[in-house]
This record gives sequence, structure tokens and C-alpha cells, in this order.
Amino acid sequence: MILFFILAALSVIFSLAVVFQRNPVHSAMALVATLFLVAVLFLTLDAPMVGFLQILVYAGAIMILFLFVIMLLNPEALERRRVFWWGLGSTAALVLIVEMAALLSAIPAREGRIAAVAEGFGSPEMLGRTLFRDFVLPFEIASVLLLVAIVGAVVLAKREL
Amino acid sequence: MVPLHYYLFLSAILFAIGAAGVVIRRNLIVVLMSIELMLNAVNLTFIAFARALGSMEGQVIVFFVMTVAAAEAVIGLAIIISVFRHRQTLDPQEMLLLRW
Repeated sequence: MILFFILAALSVIFSLAVVFQRNPVHSAMALVATLFLVAVLFLTLDAPMVGFLQILVYAGAIMILFLFVIMLLNPEALERRRVFWWGLGSTAALVLIVEMAALLSAIPAREGRIAAVAEGFGSPEMLGRTLFRDFVLPFEIASVLLLVAIVGAVVLAKREL
Repeated sequence: MVPLHYYLFLSAILFAIGAAGVVIRRNLIVVLMSIELMLNAVNLTFIAFARALGSMEGQVIVFFVMTVAAAEAVIGLAIIISVFRHRQTLDPQEMLLLRW
């Protein structure tokens, strides 16, 4: 319980840093920290395989790509604040949070209790079994999607379009 | 054990912060990072429900969401690089060619 509150507070702080840091490199580092903390939350929810995938794929590969592009382009270090959009975005986010809090507090407490699960829940073996028994077609479609993404990235990033 | 609501509420907060980032920021790369933050909040909801219901389907969906997020990040960054070559800016407010 205490672990959850520490992780939750830190992930909210770092995700606020993603949005409110004016230097994009600092935003990216804060996002890496947030992704790590969410991966630890996955571990506490008996999802070790997905948690480690999150660290490897998200915090590793995708964020390195983001940092690489930031350092490749880097047009101006700091951006100007826009008061109107700042107010609009913050208000919309607060409304969203209040709305979801109202919805969640309407759920009776006994519905939210978490039952025990079988041994090995969330292990690579169990994830693989579910993936290759019930989700074979989506898996193949995902592989085609990745191929399309590779080809698309090469075509888009070529010098003469 | 932490109740399910707490995870859902944390996920709602992270999603709202990501949505605010999309509206507030004027750097395309940071907008894309805010979208990644929103996707991650949704992943947390899926994992929490998978644990509460004791079924593996939620974790498999998160696996697919990660695949799609990787493809989205790659294509988005390629588009950003291509736009930057033509316009020398990352500000979405400056990209008016298709707006009116």
C-alpha cells in the first residue's frame, strides 16, 4: 500500500514534468522516469513480463529514438508560453480528473477488491500461451503493421520525397 | 492489497496530464511524448483490470498496444523530421498549409 502511494506520487510528479518542462530533453528524461515507475506498478500487479517489456521497448528503444530526434533537430531550446492554451489545457485536464473521480467513487468498495490469482499469472509462459492460442491473427496483423511502419519510416525520412 | 479504484484513479490522472500536454505544448516532439504518456495510462488500466479479473487477455492487449505505439512513434518522428526539413520549425501553429 505504501509502495503504491510512493510510486503513484512519483509518477504523477514526473508526468507533470513531461508537460511543464520547457526543454524537450528534460521532458524526455521525465518521460523515461514515468515509464520506469509505471513498469514497477505493472510488477506489483503480477505482470512481470509486460513490465520488463515496457522497460526494454518503451523506456529503452522508443525513448532513445525520441532523444535522438530531439538532438538531431533541436530548433530552439525553449518555447514561449501560451497563456490561453495553457489555461484551456489545464482546465480540461482538471475537469477530466474530477469527472473520472466522481465515476470511480460511485463504484461500491466490494467491487474493487482484488482476488487471488493462480501461480505463474503474468509469466512469459502464460502470456505466450494466451498470445499464440487465442490471439494468433492479431499477432500476425501486428507483424505486418510493423513491416509497414519500417517501410513508411524509410520512405518518409528519405531526403527527396 | 491495493484496491482496483486506486490504480484506475492514478491512470485517469496520468491520462489527463497527457491530454493537457497535447493541448498546451507547441513542440511536436513533446506532443508525441504526451500521446505516449496517455497510451501508458491506458496500459495501466488494462493491467489493473487483468489482475482484478484474473485473466491474461488484458496483458496481451497491452502487448499489442506497445507494438502499435512503437509503430506510431517511428512514423510520427519520421513525419516530424520530414516537416522540419521543409519548414525549419516544430511548432504546430506554423503549419497552416492544409488548414484553410
